[in-house]
Amino acid sequence: MHARVNGTEHPLPHDSRRTLLDWLREDLGLTGTKKGCDHGQCGACTVLVDGRRINSCLSLAQLHDGDAIETIEAIGSADALAPLQRAFVAHDGFQCGYCTPGQICSATALMSELAEGWASAVTEDIAAAPVVTRAELQERMSGNLCRCGAYSNIIAALEEVIAAEGPLRIDAEASA
Amino acid sequence: MRLPFSDMYNRPDERNLLDRTGQGLIGKPLDRPEGPLKVSGAATYSAEWNLPNCAEGVLVLASIPQGTVREIHADPVLAMPGVMAVIADKAMVRRSAQGTAGKAPAQDVTTVEYFGQPVAVVVAETFEQARDAALALRVDYDPAEKPVPLDPESPQAEVETPSDSKPIEGGDLDAAMREAAFAIDVSYDTPGHASAAMEPHVTIAEWQDDRLILRGSYQMLSHNVKEIADCLSIKPDKVRIIAPYVGGGFGSKLGITHEAVAAAVAAREIGRPVRVVMTRQQVFQTVMRRSETRQRVRLAADAGGRIVGLGHEALVSNLPQEDFAEPVTQATEFLYGGDNRLLKVEVARISRLTAGSVRAPGEAVGMQVLEAAMDELAEAIGMDPIELRKRNLPATVPVEGTPYSSRMLVEALEAGAKAFGWDRRQPTPCQTREGDWWIGHGVASAARVNMMVPAEARVTLNPDGSALVETDQTDIGTGSYAILGQIAGEMLGLPIERVKVELGDTRLPAGAGSGGSFGAISTGSAVMRACEAIRETLAKKLGCEAEELQLKDGVASGGGKQQPIAGLVQEKPLAETGSIKPGKTAKDFSQASYGAFFAEVAVHAFTGETRVRRMTGAFGFGRVLNAKTARSQCLGGMVWGIGSALTEELAFDLRDGHLVNHDLAEYHVPVHADVPAIEVILLEERDAAASPLQAKGVGELGICGAAGAIANAIHNACGVRVRSFPLTLDKLIDQLPDPFAPATAKVA
Repeated sequence: MHARVNGTEHPLPHDSRRTLLDWLREDLGLTGTKKGCDHGQCGACTVLVDGRRINSCLSLAQLHDGDAIETIEAIGSADALAPLQRAFVAHDGFQCGYCTPGQICSATALMSELAEGWASAVTEDIAAAPVVTRAELQERMSGNLCRCGAYSNIIAALEEVIAAEGPLRIDAEASA
Repeated sequence: MRLPFSDMYNRPDERNLLDRTGQGLIGKPLDRPEGPLKVSGAATYSAEWNLPNCAEGVLVLASIPQGTVREIHADPVLAMPGVMAVIADKAMVRRSAQGTAGKAPAQDVTTVEYFGQPVAVVVAETFEQARDAALALRVDYDPAEKPVPLDPESPQAEVETPSDSKPIEGGDLDAAMREAAFAIDVSYDTPGHASAAMEPHVTIAEWQDDRLILRGSYQMLSHNVKEIADCLSIKPDKVRIIAPYVGGGFGSKLGITHEAVAAAVAAREIGRPVRVVMTRQQVFQTVMRRSETRQRVRLAADAGGRIVGLGHEALVSNLPQEDFAEPVTQATEFLYGGDNRLLKVEVARISRLTAGSVRAPGEAVGMQVLEAAMDELAEAIGMDPIELRKRNLPATVPVEGTPYSSRMLVEALEAGAKAFGWDRRQPTPCQTREGDWWIGHGVASAARVNMMVPAEARVTLNPDGSALVETDQTDIGTGSYAILGQIAGEMLGLPIERVKVELGDTRLPAGAGSGGSFGAISTGSAVMRACEAIRETLAKKLGCEAEELQLKDGVASGGGKQQPIAGLVQEKPLAETGSIKPGKTAKDFSQASYGAFFAEVAVHAFTGETRVRRMTGAFGFGRVLNAKTARSQCLGGMVWGIGSALTEELAFDLRDGHLVNHDLAEYHVPVHADVPAIEVILLEERDAAASPLQAKGVGELGICGAAGAIANAIHNACGVRVRSFPLTLDKLIDQLPDPFAPATAKVA
């Protein structure tokens, strides 16, 4: 059994108890993905599996045979940051930095979900293409806790990147 | 190099050096230098050091509240795959060390003092093996013969006056209350809180002969070294701690705790490095809690709204013999006037995990209650709550008469009111309705004591014109990497790219550590003084007086001469260690950071659900060292205020003392959806009594009173005054006005 992590094939672990999170961190040395609670409550372990965000602590590694997994290390490195990572730095979207890779992985997936027209619990008209409001972003990021309380700065970073990159429409008035 | 002052900070340094240097780095909203590492997952946190042959330890927690361990059935567990040891060593700790303890907390885990106390550690080859074995381990207990109560309100609970908290008494409060034109006598309670830093507590312990290396998540390394050494009966100089990145602390990592000693003991026993990471549930159950409080506030005011009597009495709790008692009345001592006063904290001895510092111990819960009571007084008088506060700022600290170093409270109230649009607030409740929501506005003062602690830092100016700042100061998200670099760059006239900052290693000079909002001003002052010593040398080499020396963009000038700084250093680096200790200024002046909070809330007319719609905070904390990281500190504090006001509460089961909500699903910290856009205003201030930087602490200020503003906004919205935090909907719903009676409500 194998999974492709950040473009490289790796054999999955023998211990069926090993979570995807612990496999990434302990066996592959990809410690950018963080363990904050191990119970799917904080979002620090968020990674992308076949493009969708999941809590890697809630998923056993052996369930990922054939999957393509992307972690924060694939999004951008310290000397070649992705736009979202640069925006996090510029807006101070973190303090201690521990929840940050999860926030960024989550936000990366959020942007594709919006682009694909996924509705959220606060979407007014679920049949229409979602409009990017502050409330939409807050709702869609709420699985990622930040105890330092950098939430406003994280939303500011997201808004900047969505405005610069996306075909997504930002409702400035609703965001204000 | 002899500097024109001693280590002790005895006189305010009025030179305001940082206003005369020319590099332009101080105060600038520079990005955190470690930011790229953090956003790319490349910063190494304590669990992430890859040590060869490292074994895994998992703690086992007591399933009774009090008693003794009769037997640990280790054999069946030792037969499980990969399990190497089951350890319940006498050195292991029952409690966590308090901040700055510098010595071992209560040891010996054969005695159980509270439900969830660690009693053993299981060590195995892999985490999964150790976790399963820890779950399988059977422990037999003998229950305590004379248990202490589980409930601070129990009549059986022994209540003491804490050793370091003398009541403050002046005049005759009872008489003042009787004779006052307006009197408020109210009782509030606040629940226990958890720090809940995102990174769980972790230690990797490695012995190299008789030397111990710990890679761990701690806030105050120079103290932590002494604590762990005392636990293990070894010399502090045999211990090295490495902690360059700490995933949040908020008080919970001030002192060493269970996992550190367990890892060190286990590593010694099996002769291999051992990593012990606490589970999230273990962090909640065993590390540290903020005590719940019951607070009585009495306010007596004359007809003009001047406070003539002030009482603030609090009951908090802790384990027996524990010194720490939540200093609830700490800011009440100096904030408002009223010569007839009684301030008092008492501590009930109970069986719950150690109570200690959680972000802004004292003010976090004391200020939110005082400020809610002030709102009640303003309502009783019929006075604008801002005016009431402005009218009651004493000229010197009541009773003791100490002068204030600097106090920007009026400025904060005014700047915040303007930005927030306070003039549009309806003075009476239940005036604004938007659909199903009542809208209201509230204000509260912010105050947090300012503290300096001893700190050292080394600054090296290299022949290539770069500088290195070194100290064991931690950066727990506070911005130490950023501001220490900015101070050095400013003092040495170097662009920020030329300054490197190394932190979090006890081989470096002992910084203040992160806690009590004192890291920046203490360690920052040490950096400044090291740079001053270097400046003296540079002036001499250039041939001018130190006062004439100008350093900018790598060039030194003065006395009509000019030369590149690198040229002055020549082949040997200039290294100086700066040092500062609190001195007379700490006693001669009342030092505190101040501010004001403004909140707009919506309260659902049918359910009582409260949403914070916007918040403004204005703060004066001396010189701003980095406007970006300082703003983030204030922002984060206000987010804690939202949690404290609306959701956060440790719930203990009074039958067996177990913590019911011991994880992040049940202990509700604010999430993205709970936090609106928050406006932060940083006021321009200099406070020479606080530090040579003219800066004061900011790390905790943003929480100190914030929840009070939200409580006051809720009252303004729907007319309900709840005196029990958090203000959840169940406490509001039966007191809400008739939602179908729109006659009193304007629909916006």
